[in-house]
Amino acid sequence: MATLELSIDEDVAVSAVARTRRLGPLFWMAIVWMIVVFAAAALADLLPLPSPTDMDMLARRAPASALHWLGTDGLGRDELARLVYGARISLTVGLCAPVIGVTIGGALGILAGYFRGRLESLIVGSMDVLLAFPPLILALAVTAYLGQSLLNLTCILGVLGVPAFMRVARAATLTLARREFVIAAQALGATHARILLRELLPNVFLPLLAFFLLGVAVTIVVEGALSFLGLGVPPPISSWGSMIGEGRESLEIAPRLAFLPAITMFLTVLSFNLVGDALKALTDPRQSAL
Amino acid sequence: MTETTLLSVEDVAVDLPTPRGNLRAVDHVDLTIGVGRTLGIVGESGCGKTMLSRAILQLLPKKAKLSGRVMFDGQDLAQLDPERLRKLRGRSLAVVFQDPMTSLNPVLTIGTQLIETLQEHLELDSHAAKQRSAELLAAVGIPAPEQRLAQYPHHLSGGMRQRVAIAIALSCEPKLLIADEPTTALDVTIQAQILDLLAREQRRRHMAMILITHDLGVVAGRTDEVAVMYAGRVVERAPTAVLFKKMHMPYTEALLAAIPKIHAAPHTYLPAISGRPPDPTRPIQGCSFSPRCGYAAGLCFGAKPVLTVAESLDHQFACFHPIPAPAGVDA
Repeated sequence: MATLELSIDEDVAVSAVARTRRLGPLFWMAIVWMIVVFAAAALADLLPLPSPTDMDMLARRAPASALHWLGTDGLGRDELARLVYGARISLTVGLCAPVIGVTIGGALGILAGYFRGRLESLIVGSMDVLLAFPPLILALAVTAYLGQSLLNLTCILGVLGVPAFMRVARAATLTLARREFVIAAQALGATHARILLRELLPNVFLPLLAFFLLGVAVTIVVEGALSFLGLGVPPPISSWGSMIGEGRESLEIAPRLAFLPAITMFLTVLSFNLVGDALKALTDPRQSAL
Repeated sequence: MTETTLLSVEDVAVDLPTPRGNLRAVDHVDLTIGVGRTLGIVGESGCGKTMLSRAILQLLPKKAKLSGRVMFDGQDLAQLDPERLRKLRGRSLAVVFQDPMTSLNPVLTIGTQLIETLQEHLELDSHAAKQRSAELLAAVGIPAPEQRLAQYPHHLSGGMRQRVAIAIALSCEPKLLIADEPTTALDVTIQAQILDLLAREQRRRHMAMILITHDLGVVAGRTDEVAVMYAGRVVERAPTAVLFKKMHMPYTEALLAAIPKIHAAPHTYLPAISGRPPDPTRPIQGCSFSPRCGYAAGLCFGAKPVLTVAESLDHQFACFHPIPAPAGVDA
């Protein structure tokens, strides 16, 4: 029996090593960048940064200096401080909106995939309606009606994400609900609630998490697009999208004002995508058949 | 039959609507099983064995239609309200499925799966449930049960997983265990171990067992009674010893002949049953086995034979041209 124990422990250890090796340097670079961005956003108030809203009209579009590490923007505000405080907005919206999406969409998807029938038709049908609605028009209409605020922006983007999460959760549940362990749970007298929460949810969780990270990346881009169009957070609060929008006016004189936030957004979105893809590869259904 | 009846399946039929028409998976089956007895249900793939077991458990696909009565312990399972049925499943009725690779939840530990079942039905506190789980794992022959509780199904081999599935099924001391091809997905060397384990636990707990298989050899030494199914019907039913001594149904004979004999000379031709079972969505007029039967003639193609009593009351067969007794092939 002792030999049996040993061989099992070794198997586990080997697979764990292989897993970290497979992730590769790109994955770790993405993780490092995400940590830097998150830390900067979280600790923005503690960092020795000038105020992101103080205007210095004498030093408009000033180049990089000891005082302003990345120079100043068209209104003489510190570019680095605006980037860091902008990260707050972009990340808050980028994380909270997919959380709304994954919660509502995931729940609806699992219910639809498990109960099937009329409930499924209703859920899938209403999601199709939501998908058919042009997202920008919806965002425009809602902000025009409810006003521009961080909360409204997050809610709109969250609701827009619900159909995608619903589809992922439903697809995963459909295949799982036919597996024998669900029938076995029923045969053991499990309630619907127990099957949904204990048998299905843990199995659907990993594909949803991987998709969540991709959702964060998409949301950051969409938030940028909305802010660029002036539908995002109201000024003078900065977000990466609104900074790109403001930088557009001085593209010929100081292109960095548009490119710096663009590059920051690009790297952040790329990081989320890389991490999400790595997780998706790890939770590939072909491997979870183990 | 002197013993008290635990389960009686009365005139049960299962219809499944398919795009190609109505599929009668189980065709008016009558079966009984006494307390502590073992019934083997034998037949080839697609002859309705699994659908019959699902019908007993009331776990048929949503679109399936069930008629007839499933009397278990004095109540008709088909009429029972869902909540009482749910409490009965797992507690009094348990099932072991064919493939242990898919019948355990891959993302929960074995301990979680065992303990939750115990707590669901027996209202044990977590410490007692854990202790009982370890005892159950030990009872089904799993070494180091305490450590196993923290492991996931993919840490275990197929045979070990089936042992865990059996432990979960046995956890609440069911009165009836349905083993649906419990060894089909396993290595040949493990098969005998699992079957012996089932037989041992069945005797020890004095529970009734329905052993579903396509292998007559499996039921030979391990069941009290055998029902042979073909195309959704029971075509022969007898106490195991009687069946092997003097079978009447040509299908039973053909099934038995298709088992490779250990004493046969090398390269002996194995008499397989030619053809396939009839398409269940296109029922034929005569005996379902007639297109493949060597004895078929005349009436076999025109009418369906009904179950008739042979020499003894507990031996029944459905055939117009029964094999005259004694024609038993030595198993």
